[in-house]
Amino acid sequence: MGKHPIRVLIAKLGLDGHDRGAKIIARSLRDAGMEVVYTGLRQTPAMIAEAALHEDVNVVGISILSGAHNTLLPTLMDKLREQNLAHIPVIVGGIVPDCDVNTLMDAGVSAVFGPGTLTSDIVTSIANVIESDLQD
Amino acid sequence: MSLAKKIISGDRRALARVLTLVENGDAHSKDILAELHPYGGKAHFVGVTGAPGVGKSSLVNFLAQSLRVLGDTVGVLAVDPSSPFGSGAILGDRVRMADLTGDDGIYIRSMASRGAVGGLAYATGAAADVLDAAGFNYVIIETVGVGQSGVEISNHVHTTIVLVASGAGDDVQAIKSGILETADILVVNKADLPGAEHVLADMRSNVVMNPSPAPSDHHAKSKQFDGSDLAWRVPLLSTVARSGDGVDLLIKSLLQHWEYLENSAEIDNRRRTRIRAILESLLRNRLYTRFMEDISRKQFDALLESIVLRDIDPYSAAARLIEEKYKASCLDKA
Amino acid sequence: MNSRPRINKDVWETGLDPSNSDKRFDSHESFETSSGIPLERVYLPDDYSDHYLEQSGFPGEYPFTRGVHSNMYRGRLWTMRQYAGYASAAQTNDRFKFLMAQGQTGLSVAFDLPTQIGYDPDDPLVLGEVGKVGVSIATLDDMARLMDGISLAEISTSMTINAPAAILLAMYVVIGKRQGVEPERLRGTVQNDILKEYLARGTYIFPPGPSMRLTIDLVRYCSKNMPLWNTINVSGYHIREAGSTAVQEVAFTLANAVAYVEAALSVGMQVDDFAPRLTFFFNAHRNLLEEVAKYRAARRLWARMMKERFNARKAESQMLRFHTQTGGSTLTAQQSENNITRVALQALAAVLGGTQSLHTNAMDEALTLPTAHSAMIALRTQQIIAHESGVCATVDPLAGSYAVEALTDEIEVRAQVYIDRIEEMGGALAAIESGYPQREIRDASYAYHLAMEEHEQIVVGVNAFVSDETSTERHLTVDDNVEERQRERVQILRARRDDERANALRHRLALAAQGTENLMPLIIECVENDVTLGEICQTLRDVWGQYHPADF
Repeated sequence: MGKHPIRVLIAKLGLDGHDRGAKIIARSLRDAGMEVVYTGLRQTPAMIAEAALHEDVNVVGISILSGAHNTLLPTLMDKLREQNLAHIPVIVGGIVPDCDVNTLMDAGVSAVFGPGTLTSDIVTSIANVIESDLQD
Repeated sequence: MSLAKKIISGDRRALARVLTLVENGDAHSKDILAELHPYGGKAHFVGVTGAPGVGKSSLVNFLAQSLRVLGDTVGVLAVDPSSPFGSGAILGDRVRMADLTGDDGIYIRSMASRGAVGGLAYATGAAADVLDAAGFNYVIIETVGVGQSGVEISNHVHTTIVLVASGAGDDVQAIKSGILETADILVVNKADLPGAEHVLADMRSNVVMNPSPAPSDHHAKSKQFDGSDLAWRVPLLSTVARSGDGVDLLIKSLLQHWEYLENSAEIDNRRRTRIRAILESLLRNRLYTRFMEDISRKQFDALLESIVLRDIDPYSAAARLIEEKYKASCLDKA
Repeated sequence: MNSRPRINKDVWETGLDPSNSDKRFDSHESFETSSGIPLERVYLPDDYSDHYLEQSGFPGEYPFTRGVHSNMYRGRLWTMRQYAGYASAAQTNDRFKFLMAQGQTGLSVAFDLPTQIGYDPDDPLVLGEVGKVGVSIATLDDMARLMDGISLAEISTSMTINAPAAILLAMYVVIGKRQGVEPERLRGTVQNDILKEYLARGTYIFPPGPSMRLTIDLVRYCSKNMPLWNTINVSGYHIREAGSTAVQEVAFTLANAVAYVEAALSVGMQVDDFAPRLTFFFNAHRNLLEEVAKYRAARRLWARMMKERFNARKAESQMLRFHTQTGGSTLTAQQSENNITRVALQALAAVLGGTQSLHTNAMDEALTLPTAHSAMIALRTQQIIAHESGVCATVDPLAGSYAVEALTDEIEVRAQVYIDRIEEMGGALAAIESGYPQREIRDASYAYHLAMEEHEQIVVGVNAFVSDETSTERHLTVDDNVEERQRERVQILRARRDDERANALRHRLALAAQGTENLMPLIIECVENDVTLGEICQTLRDVWGQYHPADF
């Protein structure tokens, strides 16, 4: 399994148009040898769950800066469950105040990365969540 | 239920899983493909090719929507290049296919080229077979879009749509690359931009000079039917893929081309061409892999060193390796 | 080209003690600007063009390098205009009144994302987004509450609104009329800069063709009816936030501006009838000297283009007037009080560069909307620069600095290369559709990111001088009830209005959208009759379709 590229979905959840971070992450993951399916802006939870299904990705990465995370991320987790994809780890990057991080983790999110996170840390973290996913 | 059975019963997750196995050349994929094989052979394979930025994904977006309106189901394979400096890739074609979400009759899969040249991935052919067996009426393959070498697609599909955009010298590139000769349908995209008229005129003269692609063993398109000489005339269309203008005529040409293929029995040629391409590629890859597994690493490295020292040239070295291996296997049998 | 006696820097440098290394032993930082312009150790008189009158001239005179006013901040300070808006119109109205009481001199409205992309608060697509990043304005009633108790005759209002700019302006016009203020007396700005939405900011709705038509409809309407209104605020701010260099910010912004000028000319307008009301919006980023040079270079480039290429006669048509906002992406979530210092330096750059109005970010904006306390510190920062620093007494005080003049020349030259390249591609629209400027920005953004990770760019508190801290900040949070209340309000309005009339207007709008008439008067009629923002946009979406990005 290890010799095949990890497939990651990178999606902009919600309506904001700030995709600088998402694009940097996409490129960093590519440079780390992963295959990154990039969906672009304005993705709804249902669209992301469908893309995760079609693309058979190992991990879903969500970028959100609009402040709507408390509404949209739990909905995304529901949609993934509906598609029988609850096993796919979901990681989140963007502007999430500390007080909301626990809410998201309770909803089933695997990790939340705030502003200023090193991309090398994100790459490592993805490798780790997939590793543990495979052992489960 | 086996994965293959699940696919045939419409299980999308099984389909996605199997495409991954096929893409990774997983040991199980051979059996699954074998189980699926009898269910294939019904889909119309359509290739969409042209230089990067020409608007392939946007066009696929509208093509798929229009085919859905006609009641057909559509599977899409969108190939993007892998990084030349590693195994990674950014697969961004879904960005322009946002209209296609939320519809069970459409399945989109992004594929990285994983080192293959020619605009497709090694597994694209097999992946298309899987989608065919899964029951999609159309399987649309969008190539990487490497202008010069993007001709491989025509061996993999029944209908090849070649896109050219106005501006930036794309037209000249396309003419030089020989990609035009592979077109069953020729489309000038971004027809609303300045310079489109010029490109159309260029293309028109090109198509007039080549009323149908040059006949070859696997591209013999001059078959007659209805008792008259009805070679396929490559239609030259103009579209604005961004807004969908002109897609209706493209759909019409696509349907006409299928009709032509069936009526002229050209469809059998195309199917044969496609299977031959897949078979040859499989043999090439398998034989090479096996050969490399069978010869001793030590022997290979020693030869390599001799070439570096100019004791032997690479051509004789290769010949010697094959010769020795071949003899050895004959002895084995004896 | 140079009339000054040559001063030989090489001789000076070879005579120096070789142990005077240019590399600090503890640093990987490079000596170049964001645009990759290598920086000299010292600048000398012959490092820049010395044709003073041609290159610089006097303030208030062509080519306006030294500023658009002869007396600059002696005559009038810049407008202190803090971008604000959140939750409901009533809550934002309270914030406006608070800021005005603190000495703010103009309003700047931040709209929420549903408003910016043309959906009513009860649309299922906007779940969770209402009132989050700005104020929700879906109806004339919302606009009335937003401006309640504020005289439109006295304030100038800037609205950061693009794809649906015509609709928000229409609402503002109607509220003005209700206050007894005729359109010709209204002062303010709509951003109305759709090209940079495709290029960098992402809140587009319609495809470029029809969206440009709406842009120009607004310009035409204002040139006839609203002579004091700034019709397009051509924005480099978001291009820079998306990760561009300073040179790219100038180049792509001016290339977009050229596209607007050409679009207006193509519908038969005269350049001097609309160009005086085109304004600009730039970022104030990290490198102080490069930023000052950037504003100066942008003024010179624009003046030359307007005069030489478009034959603009009026000085106002040649002047590049601009608003500045300090760089949001330079704020750090870590040690967030440091942001006060960052903002002060960036604001200083904008003032030294001759800005006409300024927004200073609040220290907590890397994580959240500003609290009243942090918003006040941000405003006070401007007031300290204006009244304590002493930089306002002299016009363009950094002119003649060898370094700043050399950078001004260099940015101008490098930006011109981009502008020419875009011109060759068929103009800004064709270039954007091909993805060219997007790729340039993406590459610059990635390069900066790598430089930061490799410590070639130091960000205090992030990749150096890190300290363990726990966040004790207070955040402004938007109550989730806002969304529900906004949903109810729009539904109540639809129930009480004359539906037949609203539908007839939508039908007329759909027909007009297929033709070529100016849509502004009809849109005004729509909002007057309580057709909502979402309904107007949906009508236009049905006719024009929606935009899909072409990049990546």
